[in-house]
Amino acid sequence: MMKTKKNPEIDMRTRIIWGVLLIVVGLIVIFLFAMDTQPGQMTKFGLNLSQTNAILIPDLIMPTQATTYLLALVLVAFGAFQLARGVKSTSTLVAVLAFSFVMAFLVWAARDKSFSLVGMLGSSFVRATPIALAALCGVISERAGVTNIGIEGTMLFAAQVSVIVGTLTKNLWIALFAALLTGAVVASLHAFLVIKFKVDQIISGTAVNILGAGVTSFVSSRFLEKNIDALNNSGTFPSISIPILSKIPVLGPVLFENTPIVFLTILLVAVLHVVLFYTPWGLRTRAVGEHPKAADTLGVNVYLMRYINVILGGMFAGLGGAYFTIGSVGRFDEVMTAGKGFIGLAAMIFGKWTPIGAYTSSLIFGFADSLQVKLQILQVGIPPEFLLMAPYIVTMIVLTGVVGKAVAPAADGQPYEK
Amino acid sequence: MTDKTVQANPSEKKDNKFDLRQVFEGSYNTLLPLLAIFTGLVIGAIVIAGTDVTVIAAWKNFFQAPGAAFAATWTSIATAYGALFGGSLGNPRDIVAGIQVYFSTGDSAALLKAIYPLSESLTTATPYIFAGLAVAVGFRCGLFNIGAEGQFFMGALGSVFVGYSLQGLPAFIHLPLALLGGIAAGAIWGAIPGYLKARFGAHEVVNTIMMNWIGFRLSDWLLNGPMKSPGFRPVTRNIAESAQLPHFFADPLRVNWGFILALLVAWLIYWLLFKTTIGFEIRTVGANPDAAKYAGVNIVRNFVLAMVISGGLAGLSGASQVLGVDHWVGQGFSAGYGFDAIAIALLGKSHPFGVVLAALLFGVLRGGATRMQSLAGIPVDIISIIQGLVIVFVAAPDIIRWLYRIRPAEKHALQSRG
Repeated sequence: MMKTKKNPEIDMRTRIIWGVLLIVVGLIVIFLFAMDTQPGQMTKFGLNLSQTNAILIPDLIMPTQATTYLLALVLVAFGAFQLARGVKSTSTLVAVLAFSFVMAFLVWAARDKSFSLVGMLGSSFVRATPIALAALCGVISERAGVTNIGIEGTMLFAAQVSVIVGTLTKNLWIALFAALLTGAVVASLHAFLVIKFKVDQIISGTAVNILGAGVTSFVSSRFLEKNIDALNNSGTFPSISIPILSKIPVLGPVLFENTPIVFLTILLVAVLHVVLFYTPWGLRTRAVGEHPKAADTLGVNVYLMRYINVILGGMFAGLGGAYFTIGSVGRFDEVMTAGKGFIGLAAMIFGKWTPIGAYTSSLIFGFADSLQVKLQILQVGIPPEFLLMAPYIVTMIVLTGVVGKAVAPAADGQPYEK
Repeated sequence: MTDKTVQANPSEKKDNKFDLRQVFEGSYNTLLPLLAIFTGLVIGAIVIAGTDVTVIAAWKNFFQAPGAAFAATWTSIATAYGALFGGSLGNPRDIVAGIQVYFSTGDSAALLKAIYPLSESLTTATPYIFAGLAVAVGFRCGLFNIGAEGQFFMGALGSVFVGYSLQGLPAFIHLPLALLGGIAAGAIWGAIPGYLKARFGAHEVVNTIMMNWIGFRLSDWLLNGPMKSPGFRPVTRNIAESAQLPHFFADPLRVNWGFILALLVAWLIYWLLFKTTIGFEIRTVGANPDAAKYAGVNIVRNFVLAMVISGGLAGLSGASQVLGVDHWVGQGFSAGYGFDAIAIALLGKSHPFGVVLAALLFGVLRGGATRMQSLAGIPVDIISIIQGLVIVFVAAPDIIRWLYRIRPAEKHALQSRG
């Protein structure tokens, strides 16, 4: 639909938009946060967890007023530079904008208080995991040209199956395998409908979502609620801490002390990135999603590639589903995915259909999610609901292509007729 | 169900002049949805019986008592569907008896009691008609409005706000204002994705999903903040009596003027789509945007217009539920009307009259489900399962054709966007 243009006028426009945006946000920081502080106020960021095997380091204490003004200055200066010269990389701009604004906000919100930065980063990391898995499912399916909005339903199926299998077998690894298998089965249903029967991909995805919520709620109220101990009590994966690495201050407890699903997710991101962009397989996948006819002419089996990719994606979603049950609470509750599959779609778009981008955006969304929990504790005057809205609004803005461009694979969502 | 001989000799099929399949072919377009519903109900019955503990036990003794196994299966299905349709249509004998009593003595109590289930079904069908029309109008313009759920919610909030904030107005002013409040809120929620699609080519599916979540968060905030009634629960105040859609009968019968309004609106949408230039343009854009463009149709305007109408109808759906039935709004107020609406629009082939019939069917199913849950212990979620299956079958007519051995019709109507 939209093509990346090397049009200087468009570049000029984006530059001005970014410059103005940065300056405006800088001013917002000054008026909302910096001017609300008093000299002498201090913000304390906790850098250690209470129970940790990392080496203890002193907490980060900084003067509230000076820090907020400094961050505002950074924003305004960057904006001015952008107007005058311009920075090519959109991700740098996003990083500067997000970091300065969020830091200024946190420093202001936690003035005269202590705030566990490590705790929040750790929980963002964990909360990002199901979003990231949903996003990876979207990436691999859509790169092959199949839209999958049934991720939410797929995750529900997998979450339920994994907890039941886990409770029955008392083995969480078998449960995890069952979740992957469930994801694959549900995704193959979607693939079968859209590739074989050429059902509209959105309709098929919607059906998967409705069936996912319906079947799992049905099974839940018919069987699980009456037999909680026999069917719906699987326990969870213990947290694994990687030796030596987990002793690094700040990074250790955040990155290297987690459940297997979190580690698996990071591994998947790396593997998928390599596979998608540096192997013949990945090239074929992308070809099938961009121009199936050309791929077909060169001897790529379009249908087979699509089947395999959608089913692989379903396995990622299955892993994401397992996160909800055997990865975190050890039981199934009705519609417990709470829209994470849809947020994953947003993360996929925000990450421009790349695994690393999708994962980074999932981290941002996970951060917003855990930030709103902390905000309620800090009792800042801002309603947490607005923070939860931010990822959706940002995704919509990204889709317009005004700030940075998000271009879907060209044949995304279109059935292929031989 | 599969008949191998027919499959093996396709040539024989042609010669058989009295083949039932050929009779079906003529009425193909009406037959398909009916078969989809029928198949959905059959699979629903299999699910009900297959998850019934007594049925499973009976089948385990199949070789000792084969009759008992079939009997138990039959009882299980008959109890469930008996309760479902008894709970939604009422008992015809009671209704006839009630009419007799009413005409002989003038006492309407027995009659009202007998038609209570019917009243509940029509009450449930009312918001479904509006919401189904909303999705259908989108389909006709080639747009997939997944955001009907969010628009429904915003419409409910808009109408409840007008309903409780204005006091002392006469009903003939207040009620239309409250309805307009709902329409306006829903229309705004629909217009944003419509505009983004038209202006930037941003995909309406993703944007309507995002708008859903923004709407849910916004309503969380409104119900906990500005619109919260005094007290602890996150609910709004009750609307003024002048804003209520009048009921036809005394309590507990809840069927109200909203139903008549829904039928009128369905006719209005039919007239708009098929008898006016506006409707012609909308349908042209939906059938072929490129052709429409070269014929001088303003694509941007029609996308926005279709989404405004669609959103307005979804908003009206929420308004009808608030003004006619609930009289207030609480968290988690919508029971998935917007998602059910997708199934209704598909089943009704995006034709207003088809939508009305499909909405009545879902009203019957949803209306009776509660009774089925209490009498037969079948969770209401079975309806979602049936609904999901119906979507699959309507969207993939090949499956139905294959199941019932119907030969493909020469051409069949567009079920959804290409």
